[in-house]
Amino acid sequence: MEMQVVTNLHTGVLWGAGFLVAGVLLLALRMLYVMFRRGPAPARTKPAKTLIVLGSGGHTAEMLMLMDSLDKARYSPRSYVVAATDPMSGPKALARERLWQKKDSPTGFRIQQIPRSREVGQSYITSVATTLYSLVFAFGLVLREAPELVLVNGPGTCIPICAAAFVYRVLGLTRTQIVYVESIARTRRFSLSAKLLYHLRMADLLFVQWEQLARTYPRAVYAGRLY
Amino acid sequence: MLSATKSVFVTVGTTKFEALVERVDSLELLRALKSKGYTSIIIQKGNGAYCPSVIVPKGQTKATTEGVQVEYFDYSPSLASYIASAALVISHAGSGSIFETLTAGVPLIVVPNPLLMDNHQVELGEQLADMGHLVSAAPDELLTAVRSFDASRLVPYDKGSAQGMVRSIDRQLGFAA
Repeated sequence: MEMQVVTNLHTGVLWGAGFLVAGVLLLALRMLYVMFRRGPAPARTKPAKTLIVLGSGGHTAEMLMLMDSLDKARYSPRSYVVAATDPMSGPKALARERLWQKKDSPTGFRIQQIPRSREVGQSYITSVATTLYSLVFAFGLVLREAPELVLVNGPGTCIPICAAAFVYRVLGLTRTQIVYVESIARTRRFSLSAKLLYHLRMADLLFVQWEQLARTYPRAVYAGRLY
Repeated sequence: MLSATKSVFVTVGTTKFEALVERVDSLELLRALKSKGYTSIIIQKGNGAYCPSVIVPKGQTKATTEGVQVEYFDYSPSLASYIASAALVISHAGSGSIFETLTAGVPLIVVPNPLLMDNHQVELGEQLADMGHLVSAAPDELLTAVRSFDASRLVPYDKGSAQGMVRSIDRQLGFAA
């Protein structure tokens, strides 16, 4: 009798371990599939819900230049994410959107804040805590928004959003495409954000604005300069 | 008779760059600019504590020194108009100021800020200097750079376009061309 219980327990533990290993393997395979076998989305006519991270300063300026040229009717509704510590980007996006909403058909947009993962000069230990917090926040935000396109151009603020979009894609919850535009200020070396997104193969499209950078990183795309 | 003004616009951007303002606040530099035919110097000095006190009397923001009009201010929401009406811009190496000046067709000397932590400003300045679009100089080299500056040797910059990226993104998302 006692032997029987112990044997059943053993079998149970073995089965459980087996399922866990199989699950992890499947997830790893799925992750590799998403990393290596991604292509363009299937043909569409309906607009694509777009999440845009405004990285402050020069990043925001470049992103709004790109948005100027994108067809707003195709990329809508738009949701802008700005760092809570950046008071300038929100009003800039708002001013630009008011122009677009007048010119193009009003397609809707919203602007929301995300806690910043690391301030300039912040200590390492508190950085870990704030990074974790912004990760949790980003996972919530991306799940709520379920965007079809995440458009980012650095700096670090954009990484938690990309990580969330990538994980949901691996889990099969969304089909978010991640597009990253490296800053025009980067002529020879990648920024940390670009390195992460490139080497972890998280970005579907990674633009650089200098041809020599595309030669160094063959999967990066040079398609002209914003300025 | 109204003589044509040839103004030099010095800009440090939205924060501060005291090393640049200090180098500009020099009679030697003022004379070098004057000998090149420039008649005024306008300095956007940002929120740094250092205020020019050599080329304008201490405490004043406007003066005429050795025949050159000098004025300075902290910040203006419309730097674009100062850039467009300048005959020479001396700027921190932020990408916004750089390309605003280049696309306005105004000659440019950039001074990357050596105090910036991750100094990719140097990278952009050197790249565009290699291509002949501007002159890049460290704060200590500014005087030499101004003395040997020849605007006619600069290569005009062709404005870029987002259309290439737009086409790629459209294709990636499945929108027909």
